[in-house]
Amino acid sequence: MSNSDFYREVILDHYKNPRSYGVLDDADARAEGQNPLCGDEVTVTVKFGADGETIDQVGFEGRGCAISQAATSMLTELVQGKTATEVATLPKEELLAEIGIPLTPIRLKCAILGLGVLKVALHRAKGTPLPDEWQGLDFA
Amino acid sequence: MLDARKSRADFPILEQLVHGKPLAYLDSAASAQKPRQVIEAMSTFYETSYANVHRGVYELAERATQALEDAREKVRGFVNAPSAREVIFVRNATEALNLVAYSWGLNNLGPGDVVLVTELEHHSNFVPWQFAARRTGADFRLIPLDNQGELRLDELDSFGNVKVVATGLVSNALGTINDAAAIAAWAHERGAIYVCDAAQAAPHVRIDVQALGADFVAVSGHKMCGPSGIGFLWGRSELLLAMEPFLMGGHMIRKVTTGETTWGELPAKFEAGTSPMAEAVGLGAAIDYLEGIGLEAIEQHEHALAAYALEQLGEITGVTLYGPPPDRRAGIVSFNVDGVHPHDVAQVLDADGIAIRAGHHCCQPLMGRLGVAATNRASFYLYTISEEIDRLAAGVRRARDLFA
Repeated sequence: MSNSDFYREVILDHYKNPRSYGVLDDADARAEGQNPLCGDEVTVTVKFGADGETIDQVGFEGRGCAISQAATSMLTELVQGKTATEVATLPKEELLAEIGIPLTPIRLKCAILGLGVLKVALHRAKGTPLPDEWQGLDFA
Repeated sequence: MLDARKSRADFPILEQLVHGKPLAYLDSAASAQKPRQVIEAMSTFYETSYANVHRGVYELAERATQALEDAREKVRGFVNAPSAREVIFVRNATEALNLVAYSWGLNNLGPGDVVLVTELEHHSNFVPWQFAARRTGADFRLIPLDNQGELRLDELDSFGNVKVVATGLVSNALGTINDAAAIAAWAHERGAIYVCDAAQAAPHVRIDVQALGADFVAVSGHKMCGPSGIGFLWGRSELLLAMEPFLMGGHMIRKVTTGETTWGELPAKFEAGTSPMAEAVGLGAAIDYLEGIGLEAIEQHEHALAAYALEQLGEITGVTLYGPPPDRRAGIVSFNVDGVHPHDVAQVLDADGIAIRAGHHCCQPLMGRLGVAATNRASFYLYTISEEIDRLAAGVRRARDLFA
């Protein structure tokens, strides 16, 4: 795959101009996590709407590769207006479809870092279910 | 003078294309490729001489035992150890260092003692000592780095009641070469032991454990053209004799009763269970291969490549280089590209068939000290040629421009 196929315009755009960038003050949910493929980290914060369930605002910050940061930026657009329960069970395939390029198992971990951290944040705030691979880890 | 092009012919894996381009393998610090000679030595062993060792009376078992002990003697000679009894086969340097931290550390440290490692250490020579300190109540301290990535040995006297100093000989992240002999001497003056992580050194520079003055030296076979799954710990016999075993079970015992068990002699005491026999044979063949080329020739070859790489990469706008100048480092270059994360640099290089490492290189404390999340690392070995460095430089420019 050529570099321009892998680093599609949309990915470079989200990387250089990440949406919802900046952690929210007084967030209702928050978590921070690292990629086992070392060198990526994200912090994700969420504010719910009046019903306490629907995601009203997402804010994230991070340091990492184009895939991890762009994917998290795309994620923030994807989950707008969804409930905590819906996001907790959001299949990673939906996010990967947005990213739109085939990813090796190693780069996959970059792409789903933000999603995992968001799910941890929701789990800690609302007790929503957590995927197996995110159980039992030590999170800030 | 080493002829890298000639050596490359010994390495079948280097002939392949990756994404249609010739493979440029610049990640030997992570693991080295294997020459045919090593692969064939192991296949031959499996095909002709394989049996479990040390116990069988039959012909095949005798041959297998001889092959294992021949490999041990080769290791002894490779590092100039006084005795083969002091050469303990383990899985890798990580296991060797854990062995010392558990068997020596947990029984010789206590409150008021200081365990001293460095900011440069690979996690395998950091985490086991941190654990041993926590378990025993000892203090865990680090020799700091200067801004060129070299150890501040002038700080040594500030650390108090040091009982063990553990450092690498060559840094896997920056290529820094530490003055291990000086550290060993300082440690001994204070009644401390010195543990040397030689995983990144043994493949590339001549090691003489007697000249080094270390008490323990850890080596990984897979980094020196040997197979995965074998490494060794060299240790002073008086220390090994006094230590409790690490792993226990078959072979490392003398007598086992319900009441008690007594330990076997060296090196068996530290080699529980079935040995990695074919792997040891492979390691022996790797030693023969490296000695055939000459460690000094390998070291010179890599110094030249490191100097060339630092020069080529140094000319690229936006590249930051880390670590000491070429005359004080091994064949390892860590760098970053402004605005491009190492994973992305490595991804772009991969599209051109170039393999480098991107990440924290199992050195998170060092990354913290450098103020970065990760770096790119290119590392060289006896089969690396300068064209590969030219391709690396071109790829780095491409990555920079893609993300501009």
